[in-house]
Amino acid sequence: MCLAIPGKIIELIPGTPFLGTVEVVGVRRKVDLGLLQDDMPKLGDWVLIHVGFAMSKISEEDAMDQMRTLTMLGEAEQAMQEVQGYGLEELDGHEKPN
Amino acid sequence: MNGQKPSGEIAEPKVRFRDAQIEMAHGAGGKASRKLVEGLFVPILSGALPQSLTDAAHVQINGAAMAITTDSFVVKPLVFPGGSIGELAVNGTMNDLAVSGAVGKALVATFVLEEGLPTAVLEAEVRAMAKAARQAGVSIVGGDTKVVEHGKADKMYISTTGVGEFMPGVRVDAASVRPGDKVILSGPIGDHGVTILLARGDLDFEADLRSDTRCVLPLVQALARETAPGIRWMRDPTRGGVATSLNELARDCGLGITIFEEQIPVRDEVRGACELLGLDPLHIANEGQFLAVVAAESADAAMNALTMADGGDGARIIGEIREEPASSVLVTTRYGGSRIIDMLVGDPLPRIC
Amino acid sequence: MRFVDEFRDPEIINRTADEIRRLVDPKRHYRLMEVCGGHTHAIYRFGLKDVLPSNIELIHGPGCPVCVLPMGRIDDGLAIAQNPNVVFAAFGDMMRVPGTHGSPLEHKARGADVRIVYSPSDALKLARTYPDKHVMFFAIGFETTAPSTALTLIRARAEGIKNFSVFCNHVTIIPAIRAILDSPDMRLDAFIGPGHVSTVIGCRPYEWIAVNEGKPIVVSGFEPLDMLQSIVMILRQLRTGEAKVENQYKRVVPWEGNHAALRAMAEVFQLRPYFEWRGLGFISQSALRIRDEYAEWDTEQRFHVPGVRVTDPRAAQCGEVLKGVLKPAQCKLFGRECTPEHPIGALMVSTEGSCAAYHSYEHRKNQLTSIQTVA
Repeated sequence: MCLAIPGKIIELIPGTPFLGTVEVVGVRRKVDLGLLQDDMPKLGDWVLIHVGFAMSKISEEDAMDQMRTLTMLGEAEQAMQEVQGYGLEELDGHEKPN
Repeated sequence: MNGQKPSGEIAEPKVRFRDAQIEMAHGAGGKASRKLVEGLFVPILSGALPQSLTDAAHVQINGAAMAITTDSFVVKPLVFPGGSIGELAVNGTMNDLAVSGAVGKALVATFVLEEGLPTAVLEAEVRAMAKAARQAGVSIVGGDTKVVEHGKADKMYISTTGVGEFMPGVRVDAASVRPGDKVILSGPIGDHGVTILLARGDLDFEADLRSDTRCVLPLVQALARETAPGIRWMRDPTRGGVATSLNELARDCGLGITIFEEQIPVRDEVRGACELLGLDPLHIANEGQFLAVVAAESADAAMNALTMADGGDGARIIGEIREEPASSVLVTTRYGGSRIIDMLVGDPLPRIC
Repeated sequence: MRFVDEFRDPEIINRTADEIRRLVDPKRHYRLMEVCGGHTHAIYRFGLKDVLPSNIELIHGPGCPVCVLPMGRIDDGLAIAQNPNVVFAAFGDMMRVPGTHGSPLEHKARGADVRIVYSPSDALKLARTYPDKHVMFFAIGFETTAPSTALTLIRARAEGIKNFSVFCNHVTIIPAIRAILDSPDMRLDAFIGPGHVSTVIGCRPYEWIAVNEGKPIVVSGFEPLDMLQSIVMILRQLRTGEAKVENQYKRVVPWEGNHAALRAMAEVFQLRPYFEWRGLGFISQSALRIRDEYAEWDTEQRFHVPGVRVTDPRAAQCGEVLKGVLKPAQCKLFGRECTPEHPIGALMVSTEGSCAAYHSYEHRKNQLTSIQTVA
């Protein structure tokens, strides 16, 4: 059961154990936040859930960063192909075509 | 189970079921159930080799054709969001008749009650049955009640037997299915099974889900009014889910069924719960949906009839019949991957209906 | 962002696949091992093999905790479950794993109290609910799951719950990777590193793979884009001849790991001197046992454990398939005596096991195609 999926914290229930209600595509379950005690998540944070415990906070910033890198992958490639198509590597000093 | 015409053979069919004891899986509606039915019940009761097993049997009485079917309900808990055992007992049998092309006319019900069951609980279920029967347009004309000692039945088990009249012009026959035919699903899957699982409370999940239990006869009638000759085959995917029903068809007609994963209607909450629990919505029981295979040229009309009918807006074409892969069901994903999906193996969700 | 759909975008998948095709050297055959069972499953589910060029071979590693659990341990757990008033609680994927006298589900059919739980805390809850029963949680899993078991034991002790114990089969991933690399039959170019184990142990524990063994390892997420991006990163390393640890799954995996999780594990567990892994034999310092301070919650201290040792049938080649030496279809029992319906080895029962994944997604299709050609 390697299954770990992202869920959003919609409720915090302080106490011992520190619980949070997490929502995964409309399904809600109380999840133990004890493993994140060094950096407690806030309401609205996304966490990775595995067997009823939150394992890690999901960084939206890193996720967006990754998407940007991946999206650019194709774009950089396309731009390169365009440039090659004009044989520009042999020329110098000419204007780049649009 | 289909009543078999006598084959003319004299040889005594052998019981091929070899398991020494009955397991939960034998009641799950999947492979094990089929082995039990084909390997033990059919050989002994019908005296012939099993052919296709259908949802209702055709019986001739003095030249009049009748559909007859039976079903039993052992769901736990008795009451759940969206319905209760009584409702299932009426709708389930009506649906078996409907997908066999018959309009249910009369039901009889048997009750096995546990000593100590509060009368209020029984009354509530009988009322639920009466209401469901009224809505379905069927009469409950008789029944039987037995009481067993405390601990010998889990509160209440209900079984219903229904007889019905065939709709003119509708023929449900796996052998009539052809490559190119379309597979239609009446609405989102997995609602009932997941609702029951959550209602048990063992797993501590919550979701806004209700059982989809309903009588699908009006939808089947809408389909029949529009395009009766175009209907090849129908089934209600209860225990074992869509995957099991389609595998049964594939086996019976020998053709391949390809379904497109992204076309299959599944509510977000069902998807989420399945993801969390490692379940496949295609294997989960439904109590208010049906599958129909229709001729390609009738597909548009069929979809139109369904989506315009009350409660049919969730209908989708989810796949089609092909030559290959023979006798199997293939699920394709939009990522180009595909997998063969089998009948349900084992019993992930016991006592689901 | 929902952190799932975005990583399944077909257009970006195609572009990443194109980048992979640009990066491969057509004269070279690449052997990449994905360690984790979750990755094996993802590869089949998303049809990633169809998207990759044919000279990239994906080899399935031993990161499936159900698959590496020796049958003897299941027998031991089930023997304890025969005690009256003992409840055997375990995750769903343990339920159909065959022991010598049947699986947990089959034991349930014969009257044992066997329950499926989603979380170790659910098992503890059972103990609270049924004070006259003893709830034994049959714990399996790598470092992803061990901290949750640990925290549950900490809670059990703090609450003074006496009718609860854990039968601990937790194993650690690094010794398994070492065993693979030490295997003389193995020739690998790089690793797709386990994503969720790394949320706990971080990325440092893999450094020896790059530094000592000279193999790139990229810690990867589980969505199709994650895995394809990891392969891009691996190919870039191989192209320049470098070998280092990289973290593709940055949004979830902290480089330093999860200290709270590691602390919980250290409080409750210690390493066993050695432990038997199904198919890989005895590996030292590769598994966890419960510390003496928690002896009261250790099934092996509370109950007499038969200590059954079962050798797999000779014909079953689970070990070689686990190590990636054989493909599932090359095992003599595959698809014949050993099927998802009648599994002989755990690789066929667990949804993450390579045999089960291969059988569902590939084998049946191949069988049908070959029947057509013959006919």
